[in-house]
Parts: sequence; structure tokens; C-alpha cells
Amino acid sequence: MSLPPFATFLEEQRVCVYRFLLAAVGPNDVDDCFQETFLAALRAYPRLHDRSNLRAWILTIATRKAIDQGRARARRPVPMEGIPDRPAPVAFDGDDPELWRAVRDLPLMQRAAVIHRYVLDLPYAEVARALGCSEEAARANAYEGRRKLRAMRELEHQGGRR
Amino acid sequence: MMKEFGSMRRADVEEASRRAASAVTEAARRSGLEDVAVAMVDSPVGELLVATTRRGLVRLAYPDERAEFVLEELAETLSPRVLEDPRALDMVRRQLEEYFEGRRHRFEVRVDWALAPRGFSRKVLEATARIPYGAVSTYGDIARRAGSPRAARAAGNALHDNPIPIVVPCHRVVPSTGGVGKYGGSEWRKEFLLRMEGALAGYGDGEETGSRPR
Repeated sequence: MSLPPFATFLEEQRVCVYRFLLAAVGPNDVDDCFQETFLAALRAYPRLHDRSNLRAWILTIATRKAIDQGRARARRPVPMEGIPDRPAPVAFDGDDPELWRAVRDLPLMQRAAVIHRYVLDLPYAEVARALGCSEEAARANAYEGRRKLRAMRELEHQGGRR
Repeated sequence: MMKEFGSMRRADVEEASRRAASAVTEAARRSGLEDVAVAMVDSPVGELLVATTRRGLVRLAYPDERAEFVLEELAETLSPRVLEDPRALDMVRRQLEEYFEGRRHRFEVRVDWALAPRGFSRKVLEATARIPYGAVSTYGDIARRAGSPRAARAAGNALHDNPIPIVVPCHRVVPSTGGVGKYGGSEWRKEFLLRMEGALAGYGDGEETGSRPR
């Protein structure tokens, strides 16, 4: 099986990768992470041996970039609330910004698993490939992440915020 | 909860990811990771696909060859690092537009012969590249200039496989027996280009005359 031209690969995967990164790192960092992800992919592209699942491959790279980005952010001083690094071009958070904020507060593996499974609708086998873990671990991370989100949601409701 | 995850607006992500993908292409070019850049150009003979490497223009394709197949061919023969990058082809696109407006008689672009077989074929194409605007040459003549006077038929085959038509003007090579002859990109295009360049002046309008151009 020969490699598709990178242009075709980029066109086929961009929406999926963007959705993942948007959910994983948020609107301020999504564009930088997206660019780093695809440039890393482009560097490695001609030497890529396993061509059977390009989506899992690019999501693995994106997941690593999101994790690196999360660590870099943790080292940096947190920007003041309400003053984003740059204006978000559109309201990506849909009509539930709190849920998305809660997703971004999840530990990295849980966050990635939740996004891969529930936002991108990937089967657990692919979630596992992208996260570089077993299918069981992927399932456990997604389950745990989802449980926490639900718990947070219930707290909010009890607090009368909705 | 599933429903809320789906509430991210599809059109916004589509648009934002498209912009981000353009930024990737831009950064790839600047970091030297773009081995082949591809763009589409409108023309009176159909939408043309043009491709360049760092060395120069490497491919021009008529729409009869489907763009996706041409991209695959480039990925397999040159490098899989093929990006759609119109800006990398600004000069070529502009010159093609000027040519079709009749304002340009010579292309000033570097050519990469990577897709032209070495040897006789390459010599045929190089000789063809020197035929001036508005003039024609015969297959026998080109074969002679490529060093094999009796290889007119082989010259015809080499021209049929020209990876860069229009810019390497294989349409300016015609049979000595008359008519415009064959063309890899359909004969109507050959006739259109020759007529546009004034090389068919004095002949009937679009009718096959059977007589020799000029």
C-alpha cells in the first residue's frame, strides 16, 4: 500500500485532528498544536512504515503534542482569567462552555480518551492506538473521565447554577 | 452528554481547520519540507494542474488526467511530501495567464526534467522547448535535432509523454504530411494553441483542412 500524497492526507484528517485538539487544548492553543502535529507528521511521512491506519497515526502525534502543550502550560504562569492570549476566532465551545472547561480539567489520558471516544466517535481499538495503551486502559480512561464529568455536572446542578 | 459534545459547530471547525491546514502548508514551505507544490490554474483549454519542485516546474496536466491520479503519480515518483500550495506557483500561474491572454510569448520558468526519461526523450523535449512562439516544427526535424534523424516516430512518442505540455511546447511539432497531428492532451487543444499563437493563420476555422500548417 503506497502513501497518499501528503495534501490528500492533510485534507482527509484535518477536521478530525482539529476537533480533537480543540477539545484537548482549547481555542487558544489549538492552532499551534495543529501546526506542530502536521509538521511532525510531514517530517516523518516518507519513512512511515505502517500505513494501515493513518488516522490513528496522526491522532497519536496530536495526543503527544497536546500532552507536551499541557506540560508547558503547567510550567508557565497561568494567564489572568478573562484575558486570553489572543482572541478566539469563533465561539468553539458551542453552547456549553462549562462542560468543555471541565473536559480540559481532566487528567491528560482521561481527557484524550474521552475526546477520542465521544467527540471523534472512534472505536476503543483506535482510541488505544492513538493513546499508545491497551484497549482496556483506553476503556477505563474514557469511563473514568466520563464519570468525573457527570459528577461535576451533578455538583453544578445541586449548586443551582443551571 | 453525548449531545452536548456534538454541539461544537461543524461549520466553524471546518473553516478553522481549513485555515490551520493552509498555515501548515506555509510553514512546510518555509521549513523546506515541501518537496512538491501543486496548484490549479484556470485556462481556456480547461483547468490545469501545475506542480513544481525546488528545482523548477516538473509537471503540467490537463483535466483529462484526473487531479487525484496526478497527485498520486507525483507522490510515488518524486516524494510523498506533496502539498497543495498555490503561492509556491505564483510565477508559473501568472505566466500561464499572460500566455493565454496573448501577452506572453516565452515562459521564463526553470524546468525540472525529473519526469522526462533521460536520453533521446529528454533531448527531444529540450529541442522542442526551443521552438519559438508562432512557429512549428516536424517530427522528423525534432528527431534530427535530438541526434537521430530517422527516429521521427520515437520523437512522437517522447512528445506524447511530455510531462510539461504548453510550457515545453510539444503542440508546435506537427507531421510533415499535413494537419496538426496527434496530441497527448487531445487534438482540439493542439489546434487551439496553434491557432492562438497564429501558427495556423490562413487556414479554415476549425475545419480539418488536410493541408500543412504554414
